Amino acid sequence: MIQVMLPQHLRNLAKVGGVVTLEIKGPATQRAVLDAIEASYPMLGGTIRDRATQKRRAFVRFFACGVDVSLESPDAPLPDAVAQGREPFLIVGAIAGG
Amino acid sequence: MSGVRVLVGTRKGAFILSSDGRRRQWKVDGPHFGGWEIYHLKGSLADPDSLYASQCSGWFGQLIQRSKDAGRTWEPAGNDFKYDGIPGSHQWYDGTPHPWEFKRVWHLEPSLTDPETVYAGVEDAALFRSTDGGGTWAELSGLRGHGSGPRWQPGAGGMCLHTILLDPIDPGRIFIAISAAGAFRSDDAGKTWKPINRGLRSEHIPDPNAEVGHCVHRIAMHRSRPNVLFMQKHWDVMRSDDAGDSWREVSGNLPSDFGFPIEVHAHEPETIYVVPIKSDSEHYPPDGKLRVYRSRQGGNEWEALGNGLPQRDCFVNVLRDAMAVDSLDSCGVYFGTTGGQVYASADSGDSWEPIVRDLPAVLSVEVQTLS
Repeated sequence: MIQVMLPQHLRNLAKVGGVVTLEIKGPATQRAVLDAIEASYPMLGGTIRDRATQKRRAFVRFFACGVDVSLESPDAPLPDAVAQGREPFLIVGAIAGG
Repeated sequence: MSGVRVLVGTRKGAFILSSDGRRRQWKVDGPHFGGWEIYHLKGSLADPDSLYASQCSGWFGQLIQRSKDAGRTWEPAGNDFKYDGIPGSHQWYDGTPHPWEFKRVWHLEPSLTDPETVYAGVEDAALFRSTDGGGTWAELSGLRGHGSGPRWQPGAGGMCLHTILLDPIDPGRIFIAISAAGAFRSDDAGKTWKPINRGLRSEHIPDPNAEVGHCVHRIAMHRSRPNVLFMQKHWDVMRSDDAGDSWREVSGNLPSDFGFPIEVHAHEPETIYVVPIKSDSEHYPPDGKLRVYRSRQGGNEWEALGNGLPQRDCFVNVLRDAMAVDSLDSCGVYFGTTGGQVYASADSGDSWEPIVRDLPAVLSVEVQTLS
């Protein structure tokens, strides 16, 4: 099981609390996490990554174990601590816009 | 007992203002979707409890919300706006080709007869329709595909399809407007389209009389007479008496013919309202006086309506979708400002009062008249 922390606006949209727990099939990667989020919470489709291209939205960032992994391949394995559910995968709205 | 519900979209959420038919005391409900831009929300004529809202942000993109209980609760609807086929390109600001990219929904127009059918006008300009309450969306691609699409160009606010008028008499007829392409009409329920811009003249484009390329800000009609259209263009207030086949200017004695919204009185098809703005580089009222202008002759002769509106040091704007009328016996007129005020007149514009003064910048105002 993987823990995912969503930004406030997406928690409100999905009507969930601070951390959501998701079951991942196969290796724990960004893509697998996002697939699982969108399967469990369809209203989040298109809000984190583009529906068609699957590219991360420009002002959304991903953190794992205190490291910004936004620019890593969506198919790169996440750290063991995240894959094993000991650390959350953070989805963060970038500080932007003045 | 009759009543009024005013649906307000702002930069930071939606608000629902409600009153009885006297329109003296108002209940303010909101913000809904706090922190999100709500470009537009609108209720169904066929089922006034059915509301749609366009919710978006620079971070998380576009969402559509649906309420079936007059805005007490909302559920996210579908947000998959996929252009039909290969989207192709339009003109960028510098005239070079630019690929069509979906950005946001500017306007939602529920069907006049079916609460589950709703149209969405989007940026980059296209028209979508849902027949399942916003769950899924299909582009009416005959609009972008009719031939002039590659020549469309964004206005300063983006290349947005911002106006959708459904003909209450001929169900096959739809009017839309795009900044900065112009106005278009379909006579077959959205399958095919033609530009309806003859008579528009825009000095700032290479061919002032071009078939497309005009920055139409808003068009309006009276439900009883859908062949008569009124237009607030970037500059110029225009009128058509033949469903857009030809236009003539009716700016008359306005202090400025630049502006954004235009509306028609609910019971007097020749009574129209605009809000003159000083210029396209100074988006505030002339002389710091916020005044609605009313013509009772369908244009040309205008009177200033400022009773109750700030008449000094006022430098707000009124955006294109931020004016609406109710259909009570004494027609109510409403508009919202970029300063966060929503003003109401219960006497066709003769006098005004603020319903609220301190909302976030108002993007849209719609009114539901409740029986």
